[in-house]
Amino acid sequence: MVEIKNSLENDIFTIYVIGEVDASSSIHLDESINEATSKHKKIIVNCEQLEYISSAGLGVFMSYINDLNEKDIKMVIYGLSEKVLHVFQILGLDQLLKITNNEEEAKVIVNGI
Amino acid sequence: MEYKYKIPCSKSKLGEIREFLQHILSENSIPEVTINTLVLAVDEVCANLIIHSHNCNPEEHLELKVKVIGNSKITFDIIDHGDGFNISEYKEPLISDIVKQKRKGGIGLMLVRRIMDEIELIKGKKKNVYRLHKKI
Repeated sequence: MVEIKNSLENDIFTIYVIGEVDASSSIHLDESINEATSKHKKIIVNCEQLEYISSAGLGVFMSYINDLNEKDIKMVIYGLSEKVLHVFQILGLDQLLKITNNEEEAKVIVNGI
Repeated sequence: MEYKYKIPCSKSKLGEIREFLQHILSENSIPEVTINTLVLAVDEVCANLIIHSHNCNPEEHLELKVKVIGNSKITFDIIDHGDGFNISEYKEPLISDIVKQKRKGGIGLMLVRRIMDEIELIKGKKKNVYRLHKKI
């Protein structure tokens, strides 16, 4: 089960991903990123409470890489636990997506400072 | 030690499989990052079978057997009844193609291959065993 929450502060849209993203729940992450990318240019994804991700969730993030470049949207994922970060690293997805340790670093990147 | 579990072919049951595996693996003093990858690999095989071989039909079932051999080896058997998908003949797509095509699927079995030491399909007349081996 996954719970997705959002917040907007100044022009930075935050997606909070809470719980487990697997083949049954990845649709919710997809809907949320889809909506965010249609409205916002600066998106940060808070994964501090993401306990598990499978290929279905990784696939959602991967499927937006081209859109982000084409539409000049900045999206940064942050707060991954060691075990969840490791799952991104197995296929080298940590090199294709922007990932930082914490919110401050994520904001610096989306603000282009 | 051998552990068994049976679930209906429904995506909503994947969480139960993970809980079962998590429980067994934590009993065997395996590091958390490793436990998570092993749970992930089994989850991926089960999700593939549930979705592609069984069309998420909860009337059909998957069985799971986990054997912990000494302190050094684990095998995971995922057993189903059906046509059987030959996991060892699966051709890996390129990550760059998946990104280009904006595909959301196709990397599950890649993960399984990277995580496990060996993957085999033992195909019977009606029963298929997908056996994953891992040295720990």
